[in-house]
Amino acid sequence: MENQKVIEALQKQFPDAILEVTAPLGDDTLLIRKQALGELVDFLYQKPFEFTMLLDLTCVDYLGQAPRYQMVCHLFSLVQNLRLRIKANVEEPDLAIDSLTRIWRNANWLEREIYDMFGISFSGHPDLRRLFMYEGFEGHPLRKDYPLRKRQPCIPVRQNDDD
Amino acid sequence: MTTRLQKEARKDSLLINMGPSHPAMHGTIRIMLELDGEVVRNSEVEVGYLHRGFEKICEHKTYFNLLPYTDRLNYVSPLINNLGYVMTMEKLLGLEIPERAQYIRVIMSEFSRVSDHLTALAAMTMECGAFTVFLYYIKAREEIWNFIEQTTGARMTTSYIRIGGVRADLHPEYRTLLDKAVSMTRDVLRDVSGLLDKNKIWIDRTRDVAVVSPQTAINYGFTGPCLRASGVSYDVRKAHPYLVYDRMKFEVPLGDRGDNFDRYMVRMKEMEQSLRIIEQAAAELPPAASPADLMAEGMEPAAAIKASRSQKVADPIKLSPNLEGSEKDTYPDILAPGKGHIVPPKEDTYTNIEGLIDHFKFFMRGHGIRPPKGEVYFSVEGGSGEVGFYIVSDGTDRPYRLHLRAPCLHIVSALEEMIKGHYIADIIPTFGSTNMIGGELDR
Repeated sequence: MENQKVIEALQKQFPDAILEVTAPLGDDTLLIRKQALGELVDFLYQKPFEFTMLLDLTCVDYLGQAPRYQMVCHLFSLVQNLRLRIKANVEEPDLAIDSLTRIWRNANWLEREIYDMFGISFSGHPDLRRLFMYEGFEGHPLRKDYPLRKRQPCIPVRQNDDD
Repeated sequence: MTTRLQKEARKDSLLINMGPSHPAMHGTIRIMLELDGEVVRNSEVEVGYLHRGFEKICEHKTYFNLLPYTDRLNYVSPLINNLGYVMTMEKLLGLEIPERAQYIRVIMSEFSRVSDHLTALAAMTMECGAFTVFLYYIKAREEIWNFIEQTTGARMTTSYIRIGGVRADLHPEYRTLLDKAVSMTRDVLRDVSGLLDKNKIWIDRTRDVAVVSPQTAINYGFTGPCLRASGVSYDVRKAHPYLVYDRMKFEVPLGDRGDNFDRYMVRMKEMEQSLRIIEQAAAELPPAASPADLMAEGMEPAAAIKASRSQKVADPIKLSPNLEGSEKDTYPDILAPGKGHIVPPKEDTYTNIEGLIDHFKFFMRGHGIRPPKGEVYFSVEGGSGEVGFYIVSDGTDRPYRLHLRAPCLHIVSALEEMIKGHYIADIIPTFGSTNMIGGELDR
């Protein structure tokens, strides 16, 4: 109910940026143009809505579909006790999106994780490195075209068993 | 390879490596330190040593198969991880859970929360030298795990909470161990409060160390006791009530300074509230429709299987060759009705062809649990914060994408800032107060 107000205000403020408004299973979801992410999030961060918490940031790889990657961002407003999901499509060859680190400090690690796992870069990120995998790891493990059983040992595996 | 810290460090400061396998680090994590004497000038935290590719594995497992992997996320409170995943799936499937199962889930998740807090504080206090307190805490945790073991059959990797309900009904004698665990935990909390709350050494070590302001905590996405220690009242059980938490009377304890002492105090008070919830839930637990002792009568399983070879068995069967308390008779109490999302009763599987077909269809590749297309986010209050699951389903029997919102990732990402300007000796208790769990952080 309350989310309706937020969505209406957003549609008024950013008529061109919002591509789709849905609410699958009661989770209000906005699909936006990726260029508008920064502005839109700035607007939500401020009063009266105060979505001051970045609950989660992740990415989905829809291999074989037109916009291949989709960024999924869950915001939470403590004051209003509302959750909002914001999605933005990211397409090859321009695998980049604005960084949210200037607003939320936990975006630093969350974006590093996405960079590590999906290879999406964030413009404006202060220190974009891999988070979980080691330096020198090739490829991005959570992409759908990365094989499940591919091995890249950090230390070369010994081939024969004789001591 | 030069790290960020090496590039930025001043020429005259000492660089030291702490971890990844350091005796004081519970969990493999590496902290690189730039020291000025004993004071931490700057630091860099490196994680990922325990990365198993949880999310990638889940994309290749069926919805039923991947449940045991969730045990191994936060391995101190596996039942809450089970619950988080299972309730996300139930939201996606639109399942209504029997009331008794909901109460059982509340009891189990509150016990897990207590065991999580006990472990976190045990480690934190031990690192400050309070070894007696550590032993007290672990003694209480032992009783809790005895209770969990009695019903679920396992102490840590339980996989007990299943899509549609729970794996088995409570053990017939559960009340004895429940009361014992609650009273033991109460005693321990009282003893520990006496030892630590006004202890000069403990206060000196923890008061005003690693202060996190409410703004910083929110900005870093803190949840759970770490956020509440900073004075922000947010608890998923209150903000978005799930199960029967809206019927329970409990308070959300808050800290005022956001330092290590507050993080200790909030956890202590939260455990008391959890015990309150456990007692209420145990008192209000709806009775089972079929009392457990009825199951003693009936045919022997071996005889029933033998008899089923010539004709359909009409008589009740004494004990199924499975976990006690998950007989067919108990299904309506603890599992949502309907085929397709719960494991068919073993009595049917072994004795009639329809049951065998149901069983086969449930486990066959490409069949089993197939939720509709869509995406869903659901979260529960875990031991160290909001445990959220984001699942994208493409209509097949395995998730297209499964993402875990790990509460300690957000908290550990603030560690660099929390230890800045403090002594080396403060790193470990601060680190302990974040309750970092490698399995959940690195996934």
